[in-house]
Amino acid sequence: MATNTAYMSSPVSDNEQKKKGNTRSLTMSGHVGFESLPDQLVNRSIQQGFCFNILCVGESGIGKSTLIDTLFNTNFEDHESSHFYPHVRLKAQTYDLQESDVRLKLTIVNTVGFGDQINKEESYQPIVDYIDAQFEAYLQEELKIQRSLFNYHDSRIHVCLYFISPTGHSLKTLDLLTMKSLDSKVNIIPVIAKADAISKTELQKFKIKLMSELVSNGVQIYQFPTDDETIAKINASMNGQLPFAVVGSMDEVKVGNKMVKARQYPWGVVQVENENHCDFVKLREMLICTNMEDLRDQTHTRHYELYRRCRLEEMGFADTGPESKPRSLQETYEAKRHEFYGERQRKEEEMKQVFVQRVKEKEAVLKEAERELQAKFEHLKRVHQEEKMKLEEKRRLLEEEIIAFSKKKATSEIYQNQPYAAPGGNPRRDKDRKKEPGYRFEFLCFDVRARAASGGQKDAEERVEHGRPL
Amino acid sequence: MDPLRRSPSPCSPQASSPESPPCEMLGYVGIEAVLDQLKIKAMKMGFEFNIMVVGQSGLGKSTMVNTLFKSKMWKSTPPGLGGPTPQTLQLHSVTHVIEENGVKLKLTVTDTPGFGDQINNDKCWDPILGYINEKYEQYLQEELLITRQRHIPDSRVHCCVYFVPPTGHCLRPLDIEFLQRLCRTVNVVPVIARADSLTIEEREAFRRRIQHNLKTHSIEVYPQKCFDEDVNDRILNSRIRDRIPFAVVGADREHMVNGRCVLGRKTKWGIIEVENMAHCEFPLLRDLLIRSHLQDLKDITHNVHYENYRVIRLNQSHVLPRGPGWVNLAPAPPCQPSSPGLTKVCRWAQDNSDEDS
Repeated sequence: MATNTAYMSSPVSDNEQKKKGNTRSLTMSGHVGFESLPDQLVNRSIQQGFCFNILCVGESGIGKSTLIDTLFNTNFEDHESSHFYPHVRLKAQTYDLQESDVRLKLTIVNTVGFGDQINKEESYQPIVDYIDAQFEAYLQEELKIQRSLFNYHDSRIHVCLYFISPTGHSLKTLDLLTMKSLDSKVNIIPVIAKADAISKTELQKFKIKLMSELVSNGVQIYQFPTDDETIAKINASMNGQLPFAVVGSMDEVKVGNKMVKARQYPWGVVQVENENHCDFVKLREMLICTNMEDLRDQTHTRHYELYRRCRLEEMGFADTGPESKPRSLQETYEAKRHEFYGERQRKEEEMKQVFVQRVKEKEAVLKEAERELQAKFEHLKRVHQEEKMKLEEKRRLLEEEIIAFSKKKATSEIYQNQPYAAPGGNPRRDKDRKKEPGYRFEFLCFDVRARAASGGQKDAEERVEHGRPL
Repeated sequence: MDPLRRSPSPCSPQASSPESPPCEMLGYVGIEAVLDQLKIKAMKMGFEFNIMVVGQSGLGKSTMVNTLFKSKMWKSTPPGLGGPTPQTLQLHSVTHVIEENGVKLKLTVTDTPGFGDQINNDKCWDPILGYINEKYEQYLQEELLITRQRHIPDSRVHCCVYFVPPTGHCLRPLDIEFLQRLCRTVNVVPVIARADSLTIEEREAFRRRIQHNLKTHSIEVYPQKCFDEDVNDRILNSRIRDRIPFAVVGADREHMVNGRCVLGRKTKWGIIEVENMAHCEFPLLRDLLIRSHLQDLKDITHNVHYENYRVIRLNQSHVLPRGPGWVNLAPAPPCQPSSPGLTKVCRWAQDNSDEDS
């Protein structure tokens, strides 16, 4: 059997060396077969699928959507966004791409309305908030008791493409501010958009100026990793060509005898995939073909861990308390719990007090109101009584008057009846009486009233009835 | 078993949500280069694998480990000359780094001498369960730190190989008790040890009886049926499940057979070749453990067993209602936490509080 002589003298990493002192290397006398391990890993990843999230930051109309379309060779969406948004919003869209047997869940987050406002002070805040929100969601999922991390749709931003407008002079203040606030949260790759607006010589100067400005302001942009020999050289050279000057286009133009993606001008054709014309191919190569995994790795191990540490410390946890290390988490929790309970207890007491106080006050007010009401009622009652008495008085007077009047009437009737008794009296009067029932009716009515006053209502009714047929 | 077969995992492929429409790409983009990036990263970081062998003394555990990894992990104790049988169960753990074609593997093998050797073997599984849970606990503590390491060293037991003595009858009560408890906490692969004392027919009958026993006592050994992802996995895994437990023979000496140098055991009546499928099923075991299912073993340990442990642990010392960001942690109780059943959706511990120590 052939002997495999490959063995290493040093173990894999320093951590393991420190922890396991008895790690030795071993020679195997035959083929065991675990060289298929990377393949097993790859197969599992294929089954699981990949996830990649890109954030595009740049002013409206600078060519973000076109560049993404060109990068991934698809038409993602058609409509242009308006320039009149009052605030910066972030729009995220997820797509499923597949190439041979690799499935990629791609999320593109676009800043809508960036740099459009008159007052740009709050422009970068929504972006920072969005990135933090994604980290927070992941942290919450990780801290859950029942969690399913392998199923979790990772929405953390893996790379931020920052689009710099091709003025040819220097970075804008807004750009600087935004990049400064984003550099510790996400991998930033600055790109010069619409690079066909700059000539070659100006481009070189512009790039140098940009990089020096970034360095002098302490903005940490993403550096392509140079620790692995296979890709170290190419990454190092690419690092020197940042920021990439890109041109995006999905339109095809015939050049020579091929159809290439290009932008056609009266003075020539800018070919997107021509390395002499722009750095698009380099961007695609670096972003997707060479470093996608590293970008995800950096996001998870550096930016996310930093966020997690800050967040947990904010919540009040620390690794090394005044006593031994592993206990402090428990103690912090106990302390927090007591504090929380104490606080809650105190607040409860306070609220109770306030409540009781309020109730008392309200009671007093209500009592006062009741008393007032009672007084008013008494007063009214008294007034009413008085009124009633007055009315009684008046009524009595009225009744007396009526009685007096009816007496007078009786006497006057007696006087009247006497002339009626004489023969040949006044037939005319009779007739008049008959012919003018109204008069008589009135008279009767008066009569009725007089009768009613003295209480003889039945007579009155009879009288009225008699009066009617007239 | 072809080495490049897709290893199943409890991770279901992410279903596309309604807002993620599939897009057609009009040309080559280069997304599949990410696989190479993955490989490079994996090769740089190296792999870790922790295996535990459990069985009575004299069943050939150390020899088997040596045969599996083709190297002298331990000095296999010659029969009769071993020291006095240990009074209690001890666990010996040894770590090696082996490399093959640029792939580095950090292998940890844990042996359990003294298992099942005493007169009264009651609760002999406790130290083993305690060891496994201790490894989970270490990982959990590392994971909960504020400032975590970039790569948490994984010392959890990924696979436990259980050696069944070749009685030829059926599983003994000790085996059943042990397997019942362990299958809930770790991936268990039972093997028939020293299978050269059984003829082919006896092996088959023994195997069938063991399978029947396992089914009666609802012991789910690896590969677990409930974790099969799709049809391919199920077909492949059922083929494996049909042959479990493998009848294996271990040998670390080489002999000449027909001009070839093979690993085998030399007896008066012939040479038993270890790697010959007609003689024993060692190649099946080796392929399962190393060539095809290693990543899957690690995945199931991480996604299922470890998560189950974590849930129990985090619910233990716990009095308050939990908020979204609160993780309560008390020091590990002296007894083991009762482990739930082996399901993807973790069942709570109340229905298992009557069993277990």
